[in-house]
Amino acid sequence: METPKTEFAHIGKSVIIKGELSGSEDLYVDGEVEGTIELEGNNLVIGPNGQVRANVNGKGVVVQGRLEGNIHASERAELRKSAVAIGDILTQRIAIEEGAYFKGKVEMEKESGSSAAVASGSRAGTQVTKS
Amino acid sequence: MASVTQSFMKIFRNSPPGAHPGLQAQRTPQRLTRRSSGLAELSRLFQSEEPLCILDIGSTSAGNIRYLTERSHRIYSEDLLEASTDPSLVMRDEKGQHTLDQKLFLAANLVYPNAHFDVVLCWNLADYLDESLVKPVIARLWSLLKPGGMLLAFFHTQEAGPDAPCYRYHIVGNDVLDMQHIDARRDMRRGPTGATHTAIERSFRLQRVFNNRHIENLFRDFTSIKFFLTRDNVREVLVVR
Repeated sequence: METPKTEFAHIGKSVIIKGELSGSEDLYVDGEVEGTIELEGNNLVIGPNGQVRANVNGKGVVVQGRLEGNIHASERAELRKSAVAIGDILTQRIAIEEGAYFKGKVEMEKESGSSAAVASGSRAGTQVTKS
Repeated sequence: MASVTQSFMKIFRNSPPGAHPGLQAQRTPQRLTRRSSGLAELSRLFQSEEPLCILDIGSTSAGNIRYLTERSHRIYSEDLLEASTDPSLVMRDEKGQHTLDQKLFLAANLVYPNAHFDVVLCWNLADYLDESLVKPVIARLWSLLKPGGMLLAFFHTQEAGPDAPCYRYHIVGNDVLDMQHIDARRDMRRGPTGATHTAIERSFRLQRVFNNRHIENLFRDFTSIKFFLTRDNVREVLVVR
């Protein structure tokens, strides 16, 4: 998933938000968020300056900055090489660039949405990118 | 650790950076491939239909996450070596010497229920981890492993030399590992606390060399220990709780 800032709702790096953040459009966070981020069916990008302390839920989640909290990405989670992610990841597909820091559990979910680990028949679900 | 080992490591520490032949080549980020007998044994477990709970405490490896999640296992990743560079851990002991606060370290790391994991991938952590943390970490790992759970660790032999590079290990096959030299300047620019580790200019250095007796002592609470000798100055050790 690309990170087009222009088509995303944008939280700039000087913005600090505490509380529950929910929406029905894609969101780019380059500031600080503490609480929860709920974007079911939409994408979340935490930019390189982003500092998020929240459980996040979205269709696709890309982390370039720092995230402390669990990720539930119904389609895909992506940790870029500058990412620091501390928390568990539940998703169908995951991509982690070399150099990213990750502390937590990774669990793959089936495309049906159940939280069971990915079955051997759907092994294409995990993707790894290398820098 | 035995004084002989410490004396040996003093020689290591006093050697100037780059004194070791071939070091320049080793610092170039590259991947080497090696066969691992210990991994081959673990791979039999990995083929299990039953989802396993696996803890990887080496540097974050996307490859390991991919390899293990593809096989339906749950993987937990925790880079203990990087976590040990947290500046807030530094304290002084009774003699006024700098050491790391093991209680603080274990309060923030390896925090899981007892008997939670089937497998722990320790890689070469013990060789590079600060002396004050090695035994407490191994003791914590013992309690985190299920009875019968297995831990894979690598230890350098003396022949490896003081500048033996610290690697990130990627599982690429049932008995094959890719080894990627950890570039500290890149990987350590922002640690788990968000602090910038500007003091670390080079890669991690080998802290000590364990001989077989040291290794047996380190894992004395475990039920069994199996050594695999390799050709690249590394001993692989597979221990069972």
